[in-house]
Amino acid sequence: MALPTLNQEIEQQLHDLSRTGSCIDPKDILEVVESIMVSISGDHASLNHRLHADIEALANYINAAKAEISDIKADKINREFLPEASDQLIAIVGATEQATNDIFEAVELIEELTEKMTAETAERVTEAVTRVYEACSFQDITGQRVSKVVTALQNVETKVHALLQAFGEESGAEGRAAAPDTGVDGATPASSDEHLMTGPQMPGEGNSQDDIDALLANFD
Amino acid sequence: MAGVNKNMPILIVDDYKTMLRIIRNLLKQLGFNNVDEAIDGSSALQKLRDKDCGLIISDWNMEPMSGLQLLKEVRKDVKLKELPFIMITAESKSENVIAAKEAGVSNYIVKPFNAATLKGKLNTVLGSF
Repeated sequence: MALPTLNQEIEQQLHDLSRTGSCIDPKDILEVVESIMVSISGDHASLNHRLHADIEALANYINAAKAEISDIKADKINREFLPEASDQLIAIVGATEQATNDIFEAVELIEELTEKMTAETAERVTEAVTRVYEACSFQDITGQRVSKVVTALQNVETKVHALLQAFGEESGAEGRAAAPDTGVDGATPASSDEHLMTGPQMPGEGNSQDDIDALLANFD
Repeated sequence: MAGVNKNMPILIVDDYKTMLRIIRNLLKQLGFNNVDEAIDGSSALQKLRDKDCGLIISDWNMEPMSGLQLLKEVRKDVKLKELPFIMITAESKSENVIAAKEAGVSNYIVKPFNAATLKGKLNTVLGSF
């Protein structure tokens, strides 16, 4: 029996009951209750059908996702490519630090030798040495930039590992410890000023020294 | 040379050894040779409580204690609160500068910087030399 028809019948039964006044036959009540029960079981069947269809669609989606993950070899990306990329970047920072230290050794020696030079020569050499010191700050800046990339890679590694586990795929590695969460995705920051530690800005972003001086002057 | 004691102890704080070496060498060129180093806020704070210091030059982005946290700890400490504190950092957003100023920073240098900028800020904070 179709539900709209059933509901109309119940309505009619209730209407008829209301017209009988204070004396209602229990049989009539029983008929109404039975009609309601039939109506409810009809709804359940419909709900179950929709739920089953939704679950089936979800299962198909998960299977398709698993197939795609398998095709792109996400486990290999997580096990090999991402850690390798992080290691290479860390090695770059190490190599530039070593090279910068070598430059310092040489330049500091040159600076010591200025004592044996004429005043004019010493002044010119000292100026050049100062420029080398200033230029060597590249190691600090690039180190910070690379660290940001390594942190991002480690976070991707952790997320991929979690994704593989969720889909029942074996990544073959536990995934290295993720870098501290910067709170960007809403996680609790590790310290009160974590959100202010974003490192070097891209060219054109952030403030120049002149901008900062002007900003500070506003406080005076 | 008006009034600036170039023998004053200076503490430089940075987690990059390269930057510590750059700042130390530039300070040496300016005549400041009494320079000590720390690699994070916690060890810097310990050094500041253990021995005299006339100036702090600190990076911001360090773990476990950042430069801003160090600044706040210094300003909270009765014995250290008047210490000149220069922040040298790659953090160049306005919100960073404002947060540092509100915490009591004496001056702010953005990386990469040059020797002239460092000298200028030292002049501002310590007086002309």
